[in-house]
Amino acid sequence: MNGIGARLPRLEDLPLLTGRGRFAADISFPGQIHMRIVRSSIAHGRIIGIDTAEALEANGVVAIWTGADTADVPPIDFRMAKVDTLKPYRQFVLARDIVRYVGEPVAAIFAEEAALAEDAAELVAVDIEPLKPDIVATDQPGEFAPGLPNNPVVIEKAYGDLAAAFAGAAGIVEIEVAIGRHSGTPLETRGAIARPMAGGSRLEVYGAAKIPHLNRDNLAVMLGLERHQIDLFEGHVGGGFGIRGEIYPEDCLVCLAALRLDHPVKWIEDRYEHLMAANQSRGQTYKLSAAIDPEGRILGLDAEFWHDQGAYVRTHAATVPDLSCAMLPGPYVIPAYRARGRIRLTNKTPAGTYRAPGRYESTFARERLIDAIAKQLGIDAIDVRRANLIAADQIPFNRGIDTLGTEVVYDSADFARLLDRFLSHFEHARILADTALRRSRGELAGFGLGYFVEKSGLGPFGVARVEIDADGAVEIITGAASVGQGIETAMAQIFCETIPIDPASITVIHGQTDRIREGRGAFASRVTVMTGSAVHLCAQRMKVEVLRIAGRLLQSPPESLEIVFGGIRPIDDAAGGSVSFSEIASAASAEGTSLTVEEKFLCNHMTYPYGIHGVQVCIDGDTGNVEVERICVAYEVGRAVNPVLIDGQIAGGAAQGVGGALFEEFVYDNEGQPLSATFADYLIPTVREMAPVETLVTEDAPSPLNPLGVKGAGECGINAMGAAIASAVDDALSMPGAVTRLPVTPRTVRALLRSQQIRT
Amino acid sequence: MSERIALALTVNGQPFDINVEPRRSLADALREDCGLTGTHLGCEHGVCGACTVLIDGQPIRACLMFAVQSEGTEIRTVEGLADGDSLHPMQQAFHDHHGLQCGFCTPGFLMLAVGVLESQPDISDEALVEALSSNICRCTGYQNIVKAVRAAAEQMRQ
Repeated sequence: MNGIGARLPRLEDLPLLTGRGRFAADISFPGQIHMRIVRSSIAHGRIIGIDTAEALEANGVVAIWTGADTADVPPIDFRMAKVDTLKPYRQFVLARDIVRYVGEPVAAIFAEEAALAEDAAELVAVDIEPLKPDIVATDQPGEFAPGLPNNPVVIEKAYGDLAAAFAGAAGIVEIEVAIGRHSGTPLETRGAIARPMAGGSRLEVYGAAKIPHLNRDNLAVMLGLERHQIDLFEGHVGGGFGIRGEIYPEDCLVCLAALRLDHPVKWIEDRYEHLMAANQSRGQTYKLSAAIDPEGRILGLDAEFWHDQGAYVRTHAATVPDLSCAMLPGPYVIPAYRARGRIRLTNKTPAGTYRAPGRYESTFARERLIDAIAKQLGIDAIDVRRANLIAADQIPFNRGIDTLGTEVVYDSADFARLLDRFLSHFEHARILADTALRRSRGELAGFGLGYFVEKSGLGPFGVARVEIDADGAVEIITGAASVGQGIETAMAQIFCETIPIDPASITVIHGQTDRIREGRGAFASRVTVMTGSAVHLCAQRMKVEVLRIAGRLLQSPPESLEIVFGGIRPIDDAAGGSVSFSEIASAASAEGTSLTVEEKFLCNHMTYPYGIHGVQVCIDGDTGNVEVERICVAYEVGRAVNPVLIDGQIAGGAAQGVGGALFEEFVYDNEGQPLSATFADYLIPTVREMAPVETLVTEDAPSPLNPLGVKGAGECGINAMGAAIASAVDDALSMPGAVTRLPVTPRTVRALLRSQQIRT
Repeated sequence: MSERIALALTVNGQPFDINVEPRRSLADALREDCGLTGTHLGCEHGVCGACTVLIDGQPIRACLMFAVQSEGTEIRTVEGLADGDSLHPMQQAFHDHHGLQCGFCTPGFLMLAVGVLESQPDISDEALVEALSSNICRCTGYQNIVKAVRAAAEQMRQ
């Protein structure tokens, strides 16, 4: 009833609806000191001097630090996709000698009030001798520092005989496409509050998000503390999307200041800072070359791309280009493959992950290639896709490459079936006929689609503990985190699937390092798969324990009992005696045990959901504006824990996908000055720019890798949106292959329209 | 920086006597001086609308208004929407229609929608969507927000 599959309203809504949320800025402690960061206004330069004398005299200022004050603090380390060659490119918490992007922290002000810290920051005189900025990732490489090239690593993944594939090809199709820099830009900016405890021998950190346990471990190392000396506490988090919750310079500075100044220290980022200091993403330029047979089958794919890493390599290290290489082949067989991802440092804000990292980009490139093959051969792009899809009997399909330390093995899939279901459910033929008719009447309407494979459930483990107290209240303590996706509801439903109780009586704990000793947080669409499986295992064990005690109380063998809503009773004896959970909890307490179980779900392989995005657009020929009219998403999720939440994830991701495809871009001028540092310049779609999102969520291919059969849904809404919109714009303009870069701005569209008029 | 000014604000029908600098934004005054942290700051430059509150019934950006300008007005924030344990129809509709995910933009959308519907109960669907385009949500893709507001509009008209 409230278990898996129920369309249960969320358990987490009430405080958020009534203004009682606890977001980072809402947390304050008596005597707290506020931090303000002085940032570089130059994209690349040598620090000649930082004069803090006047600022130190300003009202309320407690301390000011520059790089010299943090000389003993190591750079922020990698937590994923660690590549030793990249280590010299890590960022220190305050710049040392050289600044490498506009927004780089050069000094930290600590003052009694936030406004006073901000006032004092204005008084710090930073003298920087400008150096030549390096802005374009595809330009000739230079140096990051003496002896350190700014193109340090090429991520390479390959399998099959590429030379033979090209030698035997009927044709070769080549494309060059690019995707602009954009990012998650959660509506809550970053924030951190650190509070020294027990005379500075312990530290509490609030405003944590995404991966509190992993950040606890890494912060402890940076601060020279033991792991047990630091705890992180996640409150409400105003959106994650990959960007929020990584360790940034400001997080370390707040912790360090709390310890050194022996006061709580609070930092809340403003939006202007966020848009030039928090991780940016995407920013990849692809060259693809495919060897094909006469039917459009790809025999071999040679891919090269440039990854615009920005000024430093942050916590994700090579994660994004690694995923681009691994996921570029998507749902297609592609018997021979080579991808080379060139990590290129530039004088821009450092890059990290953003929802579907490496997939939004590589799906765009791959699906553009499919459309180009169709164009070159003069056949339907759907037929090209069909010819290349991995067949159901090839599953499990081992791609022969790995990513994030795991082999890429598609665990369960029927790609052709989902394509068929998409085409019939959304009446594809009718959409094509309608848009063609509109074009014949002079409208610039079009439809396009993109096929994608997602990945989810990154291991190596998920952990949960369930406790039922003497009142029968259930607490599920997880090592996961919430970024607003509804994990409390999903975990409660998974528990209720085995033990049917009122979900409202369940409290789900996440992101509290003092409540459970380890956890892997919320990223890579992992919570439902990994933590959900751990909760399921807990529920299974709890059921055994509950029935054992109930059996004793009812003087019946446990196997003769069943758990029903509200208690335990004999099977097939509705009128018989029953016991409640609180009675069982009391009995457990009386026998000296407690109703507590803990389980760790281990899995070293990711599970791969997949889907199709279809978008219908209509272009205004005068302004070049692309209006999205309809978004159709088919998604194979293995098993849907809560269809409402999945639809919500898809719709939200789709909106972000529209943003990246049409509006959002971090633009820099030739000097490396960011031109998109406000929401007036960095354009996030509003409701006016969004179309209704229609979904077809299927459960045709449950994952064999976890006991629930689930696959993640966090990143499915966005994956192929760029690809589908590009294809739809092509179709609307009747110019196959016209879109080679995202975002497709009105300026681009008008240029395409002009080129069309010139040709005709 | 400068002299603090004594202000008497009326928020959700309650008096708040606060002392603030003239430069204090209404949003900061509500959050820091009145302790009403339900009003959120997403951009502080008037684009995102997370800080939307009602001033004499009109939705306004609390980040773009000085606290001193709000003296003598009736200020309403998200904390004043529910009647005890009973949610406002707009809050209930957001819950029923999954109109929120992370919840950060939610107070702003609630106040925007309530303000619009109280002054224009029979607003056309098109005008309603146009009004809702004042605010940014990064999680939901908006359709459930629109659904929720339409449902609440029905309720509020009754």
